[in-house]
Amino acid sequence: MTVAPAADRLARHALRLDVEEFLYAEAALLDAWRLDDWFALFTADARYEVPSTDLPSGEPATALMLISDTHAMIAARVKRLNSRKAHREFPWSRTRRIIGNVRILAESGEEAEATANFAVYRSRRDVSVYMGQYRYRLVRDGDTFKIRFRRAELDLETLDSHGTLSIIL
Amino acid sequence: MGYRDELVVDDRQNGLFRVNRTLMTSPDVYRLEQATLFDHYWLYVGHDSEIPRPGDFVRRTVGGRPLIFLRDSAGTVRMHFNTCTHRGATLCREDAGNTRLFQCFYHAWSFDTTGKLVVTPGAEAYSPRFDRGLYNLVAPARCGSYRGLWFVNYDAEAVDLPSYLGNAIEYLDLVMDQAADGMRIVKGAHLYSVNANWKLMVENSIDGYHAPTVHATYVDFVKDSGGGQRKAALASGRGIDLGNGHSVIESPAAWARPIAYWEPFFGEDARDEIEQKLARLIDRHGEQRGRRMADTFRNLLIFPNLIINDVAAITVRRIEPTAPGHHSLQAWALAPAEELEGSAALQRRLDSFLTFLGPGGFASPDDVEALESCQRGFAAVREVQWSDISRGMATTAGSQDELQIRTFWRAYASVMDGAGFPQRVDGIEAPEAAQAPVEAGVTR
Repeated sequence: MTVAPAADRLARHALRLDVEEFLYAEAALLDAWRLDDWFALFTADARYEVPSTDLPSGEPATALMLISDTHAMIAARVKRLNSRKAHREFPWSRTRRIIGNVRILAESGEEAEATANFAVYRSRRDVSVYMGQYRYRLVRDGDTFKIRFRRAELDLETLDSHGTLSIIL
Repeated sequence: MGYRDELVVDDRQNGLFRVNRTLMTSPDVYRLEQATLFDHYWLYVGHDSEIPRPGDFVRRTVGGRPLIFLRDSAGTVRMHFNTCTHRGATLCREDAGNTRLFQCFYHAWSFDTTGKLVVTPGAEAYSPRFDRGLYNLVAPARCGSYRGLWFVNYDAEAVDLPSYLGNAIEYLDLVMDQAADGMRIVKGAHLYSVNANWKLMVENSIDGYHAPTVHATYVDFVKDSGGGQRKAALASGRGIDLGNGHSVIESPAAWARPIAYWEPFFGEDARDEIEQKLARLIDRHGEQRGRRMADTFRNLLIFPNLIINDVAAITVRRIEPTAPGHHSLQAWALAPAEELEGSAALQRRLDSFLTFLGPGGFASPDDVEALESCQRGFAAVREVQWSDISRGMATTAGSQDELQIRTFWRAYASVMDGAGFPQRVDGIEAPEAAQAPVEAGVTR
């Protein structure tokens, strides 16, 4: 195993720190239900996906997903969740996201591909935990990022102990 | 105690229909349902497109029993109870797959796909009178299929499946005939649950009355995406008692349908293709039937616990009771086989499906919320005993009336009383109740 030059390692670490900071900030927006601010993080060609629990590798062109949102659908989801008539989330549940194991898989030009582990705790009458892995494609935007692709793969066999997936993972 | 009259009050004189809430809370009722309904009526298991190749299997829990639903090595669709005949261990421990042999992990007894016991390790230790033929996997009393939809019945004496489906077949055909080459289940399932009695999900799945309130945000979404141009569509259909407990709401499509009602949600690019789909349907089935298939929503209940809703897309939803206050759901997308994986047509269908349906959709989560809030309300069952399902008894039942829900309850109560299915309602249920009550002492 060859050791990468120190400067390369530092650059990689710096990128990971930037990505981590971005993901933590994103999680804070979601936990605070600042959904309009969260929506502003996306590029105009963005997608947000959650595959079905029985098929974590599922792709929207071939499989039934739990969520397969285009940018317009993310906007509609945010609008809905901001409404008092999204009954499953009115009043809003309380959530707390723990994000870790952030890894940069690839970097090319302006785009970085990253994965991270998540545990999203949701409390409303009962407490449930959605755990799994994020896959991101992030685009450099000054000293921060925009989200081009965001996918949450659940490590749950079913949603039997959760009921539904009414929050944003 | 009779379910009819005492627990399900069907007052045709006065146009009142009430259901006692203990039916949703009582552990005794729950146990009796298992013995009376789920042990004797046809229960949906799966679609044969889920197991296309010899050796393919999926695992299901149906009517509380663990089942393997599979295609044997010769290509025949079968079901076996998923329990080793030796000591009971779960034989098949994967949700889906392909195999030539089911080997029990406990003592390695092995069965071929027809269920025949083929390996008992240490066979010489069994007496010469030990008959392996008695230890083949056990199949349920009855299996049956209609157009790829497979059902199980744990009662050997049950009526055959086509007779049971009866008038519902017309509606199943309206769904299945939308495909030129048959329907298939799209891979990926919505597996979720509700902390509420299973019968509330039956009601909700065929309830048009709740749509404007529970699904206000969905209706807004449809409007925002330029759809919902037929303002009165949802209110202008009808509810129908199909007999044998089956019922349906049929109403003009209120928003986009992949087959075949274009609205702007699908994008201008898709317009021609969707109109061609309609034209092909009309070619195959004639003007009237083709348009009916393409242009109509259908919320269909197959008694007791299968829902096929042919709306923004087609969902097949199986309701599996797990406790008086809890049920599990398995829901799939049904699509014409000719909508190939990766095609724009399938993508449109799945996108349309997800707008409304499923645990992450813009509508189904609010249904779950409604049902759970009802079940919590039933904690006051001693003081607040009744739920009301009277809407539309004195008129020709529209799609926002409750005839199709009453159909379920009438069948339920009659079956629970051991009296079989009641007579089908054809016409207005309570015509006399259309007159205002006569006040005492007033001559009219």
